[in-house]
Amino acid sequence: MEKFVQVQTVGQTFETKKGKFVALRDINLTIKKGEFIALIGHSGCGKSTLLNLIAGLTKPTDGVLLLEDREIAGPGPERAVVFQNHSLLPWLTCFENVYLAVERVFGTKESKQKLRDRTAAAISLVGLDHASSKYPNEISGGMKQRVGIARALSMEPKVLLMDEPFGALDALTRAKLQDELMRICETTKATTVMVTHDVDEAVLLSDKIVMMTNGPAATIGEILEVNLPRPRHRLTLAHDPDYIGYRAAVLEFLYEKQAHVEKQAA
Amino acid sequence: MSALTMNVDFGAKIPVDRGIEEIGAVEPTVAPAKEKKMEKTATVPLDPGTPFAEKLAGFGRAVLPPLLGMLVLLGIWYIATMKGGSIPGPLKTWDAAAVLFADPFYQNGPNDQGIGWNILSSLQRVGIGFGFAALVGIPLGFILGRSAFLAAMVNPIISLLRPVSPLAWLPIGLLVFQRADPAATYTIFICSIWPMIMNTAQGVQRVPQDYLNVARVLALSEWKVVTKILLPAVLPYILTGIRLSIGTAWLVIVAAEMLTGGVGIGFWVWDEWNNLKVEHIIIAIFVIGIVGLILEQSLILLAKKLTKESS
Repeated sequence: MEKFVQVQTVGQTFETKKGKFVALRDINLTIKKGEFIALIGHSGCGKSTLLNLIAGLTKPTDGVLLLEDREIAGPGPERAVVFQNHSLLPWLTCFENVYLAVERVFGTKESKQKLRDRTAAAISLVGLDHASSKYPNEISGGMKQRVGIARALSMEPKVLLMDEPFGALDALTRAKLQDELMRICETTKATTVMVTHDVDEAVLLSDKIVMMTNGPAATIGEILEVNLPRPRHRLTLAHDPDYIGYRAAVLEFLYEKQAHVEKQAA
Repeated sequence: MSALTMNVDFGAKIPVDRGIEEIGAVEPTVAPAKEKKMEKTATVPLDPGTPFAEKLAGFGRAVLPPLLGMLVLLGIWYIATMKGGSIPGPLKTWDAAAVLFADPFYQNGPNDQGIGWNILSSLQRVGIGFGFAALVGIPLGFILGRSAFLAAMVNPIISLLRPVSPLAWLPIGLLVFQRADPAATYTIFICSIWPMIMNTAQGVQRVPQDYLNVARVLALSEWKVVTKILLPAVLPYILTGIRLSIGTAWLVIVAAEMLTGGVGIGFWVWDEWNNLKVEHIIIAIFVIGIVGLILEQSLILLAKKLTKESS
Protein backbone atom coordinates (compact mmCIF):
# COMPACT_ATOMS: atom_id res chain seq x y z
CA MET A 1 0.00 0.00 0.00
CA GLU A 2 1.56 3.21 -1.21
CA LYS A 3 -0.24 5.70 0.98
CA PHE A 4 -0.67 4.00 4.33
CA VAL A 5 -0.17 7.00 6.57
CA GLN A 6 -0.64 10.47 5.15
CA VAL A 7 0.22 13.71 6.86
CA GLN A 8 -1.24 16.60 4.88
CA THR A 9 -0.22 20.24 5.45
CA VAL A 10 -0.24 19.69 9.16
CA GLY A 11 0.60 22.52 11.54
CA GLN A 12 0.61 22.60 15.29
CA THR A 13 0.29 25.77 17.35
CA PHE A 14 0.33 25.79 21.13
CA GLU A 15 -1.31 28.47 23.24
CA THR A 16 1.20 29.61 25.82
CA LYS A 17 1.24 32.39 28.37
CA LYS A 18 3.47 34.43 26.06
CA GLY A 19 1.03 34.00 23.19
CA LYS A 20 0.93 31.56 20.31
CA PHE A 21 3.83 29.21 19.77
CA VAL A 22 4.07 27.63 16.33
CA ALA A 23 5.71 24.24 16.81
CA LEU A 24 5.13 22.70 13.38
CA ARG A 25 4.06 24.06 9.99
CA ASP A 26 3.40 22.60 6.55
CA ILE A 27 4.24 19.00 7.34
CA ASN A 28 3.61 16.72 4.37
CA LEU A 29 4.60 13.10 4.66
CA THR A 30 3.47 9.81 3.16
CA ILE A 31 4.41 6.52 4.73
CA LYS A 32 4.15 3.20 2.90
CA LYS A 33 2.98 0.03 4.52
CA GLY A 34 5.86 -1.83 6.14
CA GLU A 35 8.20 1.13 5.93
CA PHE A 36 10.57 2.11 8.72
CA ILE A 37 10.73 5.89 9.10
CA ALA A 38 13.12 7.78 11.36
CA LEU A 39 12.34 11.33 12.42
CA ILE A 40 15.56 13.16 13.19
CA GLY A 41 16.39 16.71 14.12
CA HIS A 42 17.82 18.86 16.89
CA SER A 43 16.00 18.89 20.20
CA GLY A 44 13.00 21.17 20.19
CA CYS A 45 12.34 20.68 16.48
CA GLY A 46 8.98 19.05 17.08
CA LYS A 47 9.85 15.42 16.29
CA SER A 48 7.91 14.18 19.27
CA THR A 49 5.09 16.60 18.51
CA LEU A 50 4.73 15.04 15.07
CA LEU A 51 4.79 11.55 16.58
CA ASN A 52 2.10 12.51 19.09
CA LEU A 53 0.00 13.81 16.21
CA ILE A 54 0.25 10.47 14.41
CA ALA A 55 -0.53 8.72 17.69
CA GLY A 56 -3.58 10.96 18.06
CA LEU A 57 -2.52 12.06 21.54
CA THR A 58 -2.73 15.67 20.29
CA LYS A 59 -4.81 17.15 17.51
CA PRO A 60 -3.32 19.31 14.77
CA THR A 61 -4.37 22.95 14.54
CA ASP A 62 -4.00 22.81 10.75
CA GLY A 63 -4.20 20.06 8.18
CA VAL A 64 -5.19 16.46 8.56
CA LEU A 65 -3.63 13.07 9.29
CA LEU A 66 -4.91 9.89 7.65
CA LEU A 67 -4.37 6.21 8.29
CA GLU A 68 -5.66 4.02 5.45
CA ASP A 69 -7.57 7.07 4.17
CA ARG A 70 -9.38 7.54 7.47
CA GLU A 71 -8.79 10.56 9.65
CA ILE A 72 -6.84 10.00 12.86
CA ALA A 73 -9.29 11.37 15.41
CA GLY A 74 -7.69 10.23 18.65
CA PRO A 75 -5.33 7.73 20.20
CA GLY A 76 -6.03 4.05 19.71
CA PRO A 77 -4.40 0.64 19.89
CA GLU A 78 -4.03 0.44 16.10
CA ARG A 79 -1.24 2.99 16.53
CA ALA A 80 0.79 1.62 19.42
CA VAL A 81 3.30 3.89 21.10
CA VAL A 82 6.59 2.92 22.72
CA PHE A 83 7.20 5.78 25.10
CA GLN A 84 10.55 7.39 25.76
CA ASN A 85 10.56 6.32 29.41
CA HIS A 86 8.92 2.91 28.90
CA SER A 87 5.81 3.93 30.92
CA LEU A 88 5.19 0.50 32.36
CA LEU A 89 2.74 0.39 35.23
CA PRO A 90 4.88 -0.34 38.29
CA TRP A 91 2.17 -2.28 40.12
CA LEU A 92 1.81 -4.84 37.35
CA THR A 93 4.33 -7.53 36.39
CA CYS A 94 5.85 -7.48 32.92
CA PHE A 95 3.35 -10.12 31.89
CA GLU A 96 0.42 -8.17 33.31
CA ASN A 97 1.60 -4.97 31.63
CA VAL A 98 1.54 -6.68 28.25
CA TYR A 99 -1.64 -8.61 29.08
CA LEU A 100 -3.48 -5.34 29.76
CA ALA A 101 -2.85 -4.32 26.15
CA VAL A 102 -3.61 -7.76 24.70
CA GLU A 103 -6.84 -8.01 26.66
CA ARG A 104 -7.94 -4.58 25.44
CA VAL A 105 -7.39 -5.41 21.77
CA PHE A 106 -8.35 -9.09 21.56
CA GLY A 107 -10.32 -9.61 24.79
CA THR A 108 -13.75 -9.55 23.17
CA LYS A 109 -12.88 -12.08 20.47
CA GLU A 110 -10.53 -14.60 22.05
CA SER A 111 -10.38 -16.97 25.01
CA LYS A 112 -8.34 -16.19 28.11
CA GLN A 113 -5.87 -18.92 27.19
CA LYS A 114 -5.36 -17.41 23.74
CA LEU A 115 -4.78 -14.00 25.31
CA ARG A 116 -2.18 -15.47 27.63
CA ASP A 117 -0.50 -17.19 24.70
CA ARG A 118 -0.36 -13.92 22.80
CA THR A 119 1.16 -12.17 25.81
CA ALA A 120 3.75 -14.89 26.27
CA ALA A 121 4.59 -14.77 22.57
CA ALA A 122 5.13 -11.01 22.65
CA ILE A 123 7.39 -11.29 25.70
CA SER A 124 9.23 -14.13 24.04
CA LEU A 125 9.72 -12.02 20.91
CA VAL A 126 11.78 -9.51 22.89
CA GLY A 127 13.60 -12.34 24.70
CA LEU A 128 12.24 -11.77 28.18
CA ASP A 129 10.58 -15.09 29.04
CA HIS A 130 12.63 -15.35 32.22
CA ALA A 131 11.53 -11.90 33.48
CA SER A 132 7.86 -12.32 32.68
CA SER A 133 6.68 -12.45 36.28
CA LYS A 134 8.98 -9.69 37.52
CA TYR A 135 7.88 -6.18 38.37
CA PRO A 136 9.31 -3.26 36.36
CA ASN A 137 11.41 -2.03 39.27
CA GLU A 138 13.12 -5.42 39.43
CA ILE A 139 14.55 -5.30 35.90
CA SER A 140 17.06 -3.09 34.07
CA GLY A 141 16.27 -0.08 31.91
CA GLY A 142 16.92 -2.00 28.71
CA MET A 143 14.59 -4.79 29.79
CA LYS A 144 11.86 -2.30 30.68
CA GLN A 145 12.12 -0.78 27.24
CA ARG A 146 11.85 -4.25 25.72
CA VAL A 147 8.66 -4.87 27.70
CA GLY A 148 7.40 -1.55 26.36
CA ILE A 149 8.12 -2.77 22.82
CA ALA A 150 6.49 -6.13 23.58
CA ARG A 151 3.40 -4.34 24.86
CA ALA A 152 3.19 -2.25 21.69
CA LEU A 153 3.79 -5.22 19.35
CA SER A 154 1.35 -7.49 21.21
CA MET A 155 -1.50 -5.27 20.04
CA GLU A 156 -0.59 -6.06 16.42
CA PRO A 157 -0.78 -2.36 15.60
CA LYS A 158 -1.05 -1.02 12.09
CA VAL A 159 1.64 1.50 12.96
CA LEU A 160 4.32 1.23 15.62
CA LEU A 161 5.32 4.62 16.99
CA MET A 162 8.51 4.95 19.00
CA ASP A 163 9.57 8.11 20.81
CA GLU A 164 13.33 7.91 21.32
CA PRO A 165 12.90 4.41 22.68
CA PHE A 166 16.60 3.82 23.30
CA GLY A 167 17.55 7.38 24.27
CA ALA A 168 18.01 6.61 27.96
CA LEU A 169 20.10 3.46 27.46
CA ASP A 170 23.84 2.91 27.38
CA ALA A 171 25.50 2.39 23.99
CA LEU A 172 25.91 -1.39 24.23
CA THR A 173 22.35 -2.05 25.33
CA ARG A 174 21.12 0.33 22.68
CA ALA A 175 23.00 -1.53 19.94
CA LYS A 176 21.59 -4.83 21.13
CA LEU A 177 18.03 -3.52 21.15
CA GLN A 178 18.47 -1.95 17.71
CA ASP A 179 19.48 -5.35 16.34
CA GLU A 180 16.51 -6.93 18.07
CA LEU A 181 14.16 -4.29 16.72
CA MET A 182 15.45 -4.90 13.17
CA ARG A 183 14.83 -8.61 13.58
CA ILE A 184 11.32 -7.99 14.96
CA CYS A 185 10.39 -5.56 12.20
CA GLU A 186 11.68 -8.08 9.68
CA THR A 187 9.38 -10.79 11.06
CA THR A 188 6.31 -8.66 11.79
CA LYS A 189 6.66 -6.31 8.80
CA ALA A 190 5.51 -3.53 11.11
CA THR A 191 5.14 -0.03 9.77
CA THR A 192 7.28 1.96 12.16
CA VAL A 193 7.90 5.63 12.90
CA MET A 194 10.77 6.27 15.26
CA VAL A 195 11.90 9.55 16.75
CA THR A 196 15.64 9.64 17.32
CA HIS A 197 18.55 12.02 17.65
CA ASP A 198 21.10 9.31 16.90
CA VAL A 199 22.41 9.48 13.32
CA ASP A 200 23.77 5.90 13.28
CA GLU A 201 20.51 4.56 14.64
CA ALA A 202 18.55 6.39 11.95
CA VAL A 203 20.71 5.12 9.07
CA LEU A 204 20.96 1.59 10.38
CA LEU A 205 17.23 1.06 10.96
CA SER A 206 15.35 3.18 8.45
CA ASP A 207 14.07 3.00 4.93
CA LYS A 208 13.54 6.75 5.00
CA ILE A 209 15.03 9.40 7.23
CA VAL A 210 12.85 12.46 7.70
CA MET A 211 15.08 15.36 8.68
CA MET A 212 13.40 18.26 10.40
CA THR A 213 14.42 21.91 10.41
CA ASN A 214 14.92 23.74 13.67
CA GLY A 215 11.99 25.04 15.67
CA PRO A 216 10.02 27.13 16.26
CA ALA A 217 7.80 26.61 13.22
CA ALA A 218 9.75 23.52 12.26
CA THR A 219 8.97 21.56 9.13
CA ILE A 220 10.47 18.75 7.10
CA GLY A 221 13.80 19.84 5.65
CA GLU A 222 14.82 16.82 3.63
CA ILE A 223 13.80 13.21 3.23
CA LEU A 224 16.62 10.73 2.68
CA GLU A 225 15.88 7.33 1.21
CA VAL A 226 18.18 4.70 2.66
CA ASN A 227 18.64 1.97 0.05
CA LEU A 228 20.72 -0.49 1.99
CA PRO A 229 19.90 -4.17 1.57
CA ARG A 230 18.35 -6.06 4.50
CA PRO A 231 19.17 -7.79 6.72
CA ARG A 232 21.68 -5.17 7.79
CA HIS A 233 24.64 -5.81 10.05
CA ARG A 234 26.25 -2.97 11.88
CA LEU A 235 29.78 -4.37 11.55
CA THR A 236 29.73 -4.89 7.77
CA LEU A 237 27.94 -1.58 7.28
CA ALA A 238 30.61 0.30 9.17
CA HIS A 239 32.86 0.05 6.13
CA ASP A 240 30.12 0.21 3.49
CA PRO A 241 30.60 3.33 1.31
CA ASP A 242 26.83 3.77 0.86
CA TYR A 243 26.29 3.65 4.60
CA ILE A 244 29.07 6.16 5.15
CA GLY A 245 27.53 8.36 2.46
CA TYR A 246 24.07 8.31 4.06
CA ARG A 247 25.55 8.99 7.43
CA ALA A 248 27.49 11.95 6.05
CA ALA A 249 24.36 13.32 4.39
CA VAL A 250 22.41 13.31 7.68
CA LEU A 251 25.33 14.82 9.58
CA GLU A 252 25.68 17.52 6.97
CA PHE A 253 22.01 18.40 7.25
CA LEU A 254 22.12 18.51 11.04
CA TYR A 255 25.41 20.29 11.57
CA GLU A 256 25.73 22.55 8.52
CA LYS A 257 22.30 23.41 7.22
CA GLN A 258 20.59 23.38 10.62
CA ALA A 259 23.55 24.26 12.77
CA HIS A 260 22.31 27.59 14.09
CA VAL A 261 20.29 25.98 16.84
CA GLU A 262 23.48 25.32 18.75
CA LYS A 263 24.24 29.02 18.82
CA GLN A 264 20.69 29.82 19.86
CA ALA A 265 20.79 27.34 22.66
CA ALA A 266 24.17 28.59 23.88
CA MET B 1 0.60 20.47 49.79
CA SER B 2 -1.90 19.15 52.25
CA ALA B 3 0.11 16.04 53.03
CA LEU B 4 3.12 18.18 53.80
CA THR B 5 1.35 20.70 55.94
CA MET B 6 -0.53 18.01 57.80
CA ASN B 7 2.68 16.12 58.39
CA VAL B 8 3.95 19.00 60.45
CA ASP B 9 1.64 17.90 63.24
CA PHE B 10 3.41 14.58 63.35
CA GLY B 11 6.82 16.10 62.87
CA ALA B 12 6.19 17.94 66.12
CA LYS B 13 7.10 14.72 67.90
CA ILE B 14 10.75 15.12 66.94
CA PRO B 15 11.58 18.08 69.17
CA VAL B 16 9.95 16.27 72.08
CA ASP B 17 12.16 13.21 71.56
CA ARG B 18 15.22 15.39 71.36
CA GLY B 19 14.17 17.11 74.57
CA ILE B 20 14.14 13.78 76.36
CA GLU B 21 17.57 12.90 75.03
CA GLU B 22 18.99 16.17 76.26
CA ILE B 23 17.53 15.58 79.66
CA GLY B 24 19.06 12.12 79.55
CA ALA B 25 22.50 13.59 79.03
CA VAL B 26 22.04 15.74 82.13
CA GLU B 27 20.90 12.84 84.31
CA PRO B 28 24.10 11.72 85.99
CA THR B 29 22.94 8.27 87.07
CA VAL B 30 21.92 7.11 83.62
CA ALA B 31 24.52 8.60 81.28
CA PRO B 32 27.48 6.32 82.22
CA ALA B 33 25.43 3.21 81.54
CA LYS B 34 24.71 4.52 78.08
CA GLU B 35 28.40 5.13 77.39
CA LYS B 36 29.34 1.66 78.52
CA LYS B 37 26.87 0.13 76.10
CA MET B 38 28.13 2.31 73.28
CA GLU B 39 31.70 1.07 73.82
CA LYS B 40 30.49 -2.48 73.70
CA THR B 41 28.71 -2.01 70.40
CA ALA B 42 31.73 -0.26 68.94
CA THR B 43 34.03 -3.22 69.60
CA VAL B 44 31.75 -5.78 68.02
CA PRO B 45 32.58 -5.08 64.33
CA LEU B 46 36.27 -5.76 65.07
CA ASP B 47 35.42 -9.29 66.10
CA PRO B 48 34.41 -10.95 62.82
CA GLY B 49 33.25 -14.41 63.89
CA THR B 50 30.44 -13.40 66.24
CA PRO B 51 27.19 -12.92 64.37
CA PHE B 52 25.26 -13.48 67.58
CA ALA B 53 27.07 -10.67 69.34
CA GLU B 54 26.42 -8.46 66.32
CA LYS B 55 22.75 -9.29 66.42
CA LEU B 56 22.70 -8.51 70.11
CA ALA B 57 24.44 -5.21 69.48
CA GLY B 58 21.95 -4.33 66.74
CA PHE B 59 19.10 -5.20 69.04
CA GLY B 60 20.70 -3.08 71.76
CA ARG B 61 21.04 -0.13 69.40
CA ALA B 62 17.38 -0.39 68.42
CA VAL B 63 15.86 -1.01 71.85
CA LEU B 64 18.19 0.65 74.29
CA PRO B 65 17.67 4.36 73.46
CA PRO B 66 13.84 4.23 73.60
CA LEU B 67 14.00 2.17 76.79
CA LEU B 68 16.41 4.66 78.29
CA GLY B 69 14.12 7.53 77.31
CA MET B 70 11.22 5.86 79.07
CA LEU B 71 13.31 5.28 82.18
CA VAL B 72 14.35 8.93 82.22
CA LEU B 73 10.73 10.00 81.90
CA LEU B 74 9.73 7.74 84.77
CA GLY B 75 12.71 9.02 86.80
CA ILE B 76 11.70 12.64 86.35
CA TRP B 77 8.13 11.80 87.19
CA TYR B 78 9.27 9.95 90.30
CA ILE B 79 11.54 12.76 91.48
CA ALA B 80 8.95 15.44 90.79
CA THR B 81 6.27 13.67 92.80
CA MET B 82 8.54 12.38 95.58
CA LYS B 83 7.57 15.08 98.05
CA GLY B 84 3.91 14.27 97.65
CA GLY B 85 1.29 16.69 96.42
CA SER B 86 -1.78 16.31 94.27
CA ILE B 87 -0.12 14.37 91.44
CA PRO B 88 0.53 10.69 92.22
CA GLY B 89 3.93 9.13 91.60
CA PRO B 90 4.68 6.24 89.25
CA LEU B 91 4.35 3.55 91.92
CA LYS B 92 0.96 4.71 93.09
CA THR B 93 -0.20 4.97 89.50
CA TRP B 94 1.11 1.47 88.78
CA ASP B 95 -0.83 0.05 91.72
CA ALA B 96 -3.99 1.80 90.54
CA ALA B 97 -3.43 0.49 87.01
CA ALA B 98 -3.00 -3.06 88.30
CA VAL B 99 -6.39 -2.81 90.03
CA LEU B 100 -7.98 -1.17 87.00
CA PHE B 101 -6.73 -3.68 84.45
CA ALA B 102 -7.48 -6.64 86.69
CA ASP B 103 -11.12 -6.22 85.68
CA PRO B 104 -11.34 -4.02 82.58
CA PHE B 105 -14.81 -5.18 81.50
CA TYR B 106 -17.02 -4.71 84.53
CA GLN B 107 -20.36 -2.94 84.27
CA ASN B 108 -21.97 -1.04 87.13
CA GLY B 109 -24.63 0.91 85.33
CA PRO B 110 -24.18 3.35 82.44
CA ASN B 111 -21.75 5.73 84.18
CA ASP B 112 -19.46 3.21 85.82
CA GLN B 113 -17.91 0.77 83.40
CA GLY B 114 -14.49 -0.83 83.08
CA ILE B 115 -11.70 0.90 81.18
CA GLY B 116 -11.92 -1.78 78.47
CA TRP B 117 -15.49 -0.76 77.65
CA ASN B 118 -14.50 2.89 77.59
CA ILE B 119 -11.67 2.27 75.16
CA LEU B 120 -13.83 0.07 72.97
CA SER B 121 -16.67 2.56 72.74
CA SER B 122 -14.23 5.33 71.85
CA LEU B 123 -12.71 3.12 69.18
CA GLN B 124 -16.16 2.27 67.90
CA ARG B 125 -17.05 5.97 67.52
CA VAL B 126 -13.76 6.63 65.76
CA GLY B 127 -14.33 3.59 63.55
CA ILE B 128 -17.82 4.60 62.49
CA GLY B 129 -17.07 8.30 61.97
CA PHE B 130 -13.85 7.50 60.21
CA GLY B 131 -15.48 4.82 58.06
CA PHE B 132 -18.16 7.22 56.87
CA ALA B 133 -15.50 9.85 56.20
CA ALA B 134 -13.57 7.36 54.04
CA LEU B 135 -16.76 6.34 52.26
CA VAL B 136 -17.52 9.96 51.37
CA GLY B 137 -14.07 11.51 51.31
CA ILE B 138 -12.20 9.11 49.01
CA PRO B 139 -14.74 9.15 46.15
CA LEU B 140 -15.12 12.91 46.58
CA GLY B 141 -11.34 13.27 46.39
CA PHE B 142 -11.36 11.23 43.18
CA ILE B 143 -14.00 13.47 41.64
CA LEU B 144 -12.19 16.65 42.67
CA GLY B 145 -8.91 15.26 41.34
CA ARG B 146 -10.46 14.43 37.97
CA SER B 147 -12.41 17.65 37.46
CA ALA B 148 -10.56 20.94 37.59
CA PHE B 149 -13.86 22.83 37.55
CA LEU B 150 -15.31 21.04 40.56
CA ALA B 151 -11.99 21.35 42.39
CA ALA B 152 -11.98 25.12 41.80
CA MET B 153 -15.56 25.21 43.05
CA VAL B 154 -15.06 23.17 46.21
CA ASN B 155 -11.49 24.06 47.23
CA PRO B 156 -12.37 27.46 48.75
CA ILE B 157 -15.06 25.81 50.85
CA ILE B 158 -12.62 23.18 52.09
CA SER B 159 -10.00 25.83 52.82
CA LEU B 160 -12.58 27.72 54.85
CA LEU B 161 -13.85 24.76 56.84
CA ARG B 162 -10.66 22.77 57.35
CA PRO B 163 -9.08 25.03 59.99
CA VAL B 164 -12.27 24.96 62.09
CA SER B 165 -11.87 22.84 65.21
CA PRO B 166 -14.11 19.81 64.89
CA LEU B 167 -15.48 20.59 68.34
CA ALA B 168 -17.04 23.73 66.95
CA TRP B 169 -19.25 21.40 64.91
CA LEU B 170 -20.38 19.52 68.00
CA PRO B 171 -23.36 21.78 68.87
CA ILE B 172 -24.61 21.47 65.30
CA GLY B 173 -24.31 17.71 65.62
CA LEU B 174 -26.20 17.73 68.92
CA LEU B 175 -28.90 19.86 67.34
CA VAL B 176 -29.25 17.65 64.28
CA PHE B 177 -29.00 14.24 65.94
CA GLN B 178 -30.59 15.21 69.28
CA ARG B 179 -28.35 12.63 70.94
CA ALA B 180 -24.81 12.76 72.28
CA ASP B 181 -23.47 9.57 70.76
CA PRO B 182 -24.05 10.25 67.05
CA ALA B 183 -22.96 13.85 67.61
CA ALA B 184 -19.54 12.68 68.80
CA THR B 185 -19.28 10.28 65.88
CA TYR B 186 -20.20 13.14 63.59
CA THR B 187 -17.33 15.32 64.84
CA ILE B 188 -15.00 12.43 64.01
CA PHE B 189 -16.50 12.33 60.54
CA ILE B 190 -15.93 16.07 60.10
CA CYS B 191 -12.31 16.04 61.23
CA SER B 192 -11.39 12.89 59.28
CA ILE B 193 -12.88 13.89 55.99
CA TRP B 194 -10.62 16.82 55.09
CA PRO B 195 -7.28 14.97 54.96
CA MET B 196 -9.00 12.17 53.11
CA ILE B 197 -10.48 14.43 50.40
CA MET B 198 -7.36 16.53 49.99
CA ASN B 199 -4.84 13.69 49.84
CA THR B 200 -6.94 11.63 47.46
CA ALA B 201 -7.53 14.62 45.17
CA GLN B 202 -3.83 15.43 45.21
CA GLY B 203 -2.95 11.83 44.43
CA VAL B 204 -5.29 11.78 41.47
CA GLN B 205 -3.81 15.03 40.14
CA ARG B 206 -0.31 13.62 40.52
CA VAL B 207 -0.88 10.44 38.54
CA PRO B 208 1.97 10.64 36.02
CA GLN B 209 0.88 11.78 32.57
CA ASP B 210 2.78 8.80 31.11
CA TYR B 211 0.38 6.35 32.73
CA LEU B 212 -2.60 8.31 31.45
CA ASN B 213 -1.06 8.36 27.97
CA VAL B 214 -0.75 4.59 28.14
CA ALA B 215 -4.43 4.46 29.02
CA ARG B 216 -5.25 6.71 26.08
CA VAL B 217 -3.18 4.78 23.56
CA LEU B 218 -4.68 1.50 24.72
CA ALA B 219 -8.09 3.25 24.75
CA LEU B 220 -8.88 1.55 28.07
CA SER B 221 -12.41 1.68 29.39
CA GLU B 222 -13.09 4.09 32.26
CA TRP B 223 -13.45 1.09 34.59
CA LYS B 224 -10.02 -0.24 33.60
CA VAL B 225 -8.50 3.23 33.93
CA VAL B 226 -9.81 3.48 37.48
CA THR B 227 -8.91 -0.05 38.61
CA LYS B 228 -5.65 -0.60 36.75
CA ILE B 229 -4.16 2.89 36.73
CA LEU B 230 -5.81 5.47 39.00
CA LEU B 231 -6.47 3.36 42.09
CA PRO B 232 -2.98 1.81 42.34
CA ALA B 233 -1.34 5.14 41.57
CA VAL B 234 -3.42 7.00 44.15
CA LEU B 235 -3.32 4.31 46.84
CA PRO B 236 -0.24 5.71 48.65
CA TYR B 237 -1.91 9.12 48.84
CA ILE B 238 -5.15 7.61 50.12
CA LEU B 239 -3.22 5.78 52.81
CA THR B 240 -1.51 9.02 53.83
CA GLY B 241 -4.94 10.62 54.10
CA ILE B 242 -6.19 7.74 56.20
CA ARG B 243 -3.19 7.89 58.50
CA LEU B 244 -3.53 11.62 59.05
CA SER B 245 -7.26 11.25 59.57
CA ILE B 246 -7.05 8.54 62.16
CA GLY B 247 -4.43 10.51 64.09
CA THR B 248 -6.69 13.55 64.22
CA ALA B 249 -9.77 11.45 64.92
CA TRP B 250 -8.14 9.90 67.96
CA LEU B 251 -7.15 13.38 69.18
CA VAL B 252 -10.64 14.72 68.74
CA ILE B 253 -12.62 11.83 70.24
CA VAL B 254 -11.21 12.44 73.72
CA ALA B 255 -12.25 16.07 73.67
CA ALA B 256 -15.62 15.34 72.10
CA GLU B 257 -16.44 12.70 74.70
CA MET B 258 -15.51 15.05 77.51
CA LEU B 259 -18.26 17.31 76.26
CA THR B 260 -20.89 14.73 75.39
CA GLY B 261 -20.51 12.24 78.24
CA GLY B 262 -21.64 8.63 78.07
CA VAL B 263 -19.14 5.83 77.80
CA GLY B 264 -15.72 6.50 76.30
CA ILE B 265 -12.16 7.17 77.27
CA GLY B 266 -12.61 10.96 77.06
CA PHE B 267 -15.66 10.85 79.26
CA TRP B 268 -13.85 8.52 81.62
CA VAL B 269 -11.02 11.07 82.04
CA TRP B 270 -13.52 13.76 82.89
CA ASP B 271 -15.40 11.47 85.27
CA GLU B 272 -12.21 10.55 87.09
CA TRP B 273 -11.38 14.25 87.35
CA ASN B 274 -14.74 14.81 89.02
CA ASN B 275 -13.94 11.90 91.35
CA LEU B 276 -10.44 13.41 91.85
CA LYS B 277 -8.76 10.10 90.97
CA VAL B 278 -5.72 11.71 89.43
CA GLU B 279 -3.83 8.43 89.02
CA HIS B 280 -6.63 7.23 86.74
CA ILE B 281 -6.25 10.35 84.63
CA ILE B 282 -2.55 9.60 84.23
CA ILE B 283 -3.36 6.00 83.32
CA ALA B 284 -5.86 7.32 80.75
CA ILE B 285 -3.17 9.54 79.24
CA PHE B 286 -0.91 6.53 78.78
CA VAL B 287 -3.74 4.40 77.41
CA ILE B 288 -4.78 7.08 74.91
CA GLY B 289 -1.19 7.47 73.82
CA ILE B 290 -0.64 3.74 73.40
CA VAL B 291 -3.86 3.19 71.47
CA GLY B 292 -3.04 6.15 69.19
CA LEU B 293 0.43 4.74 68.63
CA ILE B 294 -0.94 1.31 67.76
CA LEU B 295 -3.48 2.81 65.34
CA GLU B 296 -0.87 4.83 63.53
CA GLN B 297 1.80 2.14 63.46
CA SER B 298 -0.59 -0.48 62.12
CA LEU B 299 -1.61 1.91 59.34
CA ILE B 300 2.02 2.59 58.50
CA LEU B 301 2.58 -1.17 58.39
CA LEU B 302 -0.44 -1.60 56.14
CA ALA B 303 0.76 1.19 53.86
CA LYS B 304 4.19 -0.40 53.58
CA LYS B 305 2.72 -3.76 52.75
CA LEU B 306 0.33 -2.39 50.14
CA THR B 307 2.82 -0.09 48.44
CA LYS B 308 5.42 -2.85 48.36
CA GLU B 309 2.96 -5.04 46.56
CA SER B 310 2.01 -2.33 44.13
CA SER B 311 5.34 -0.72 43.33
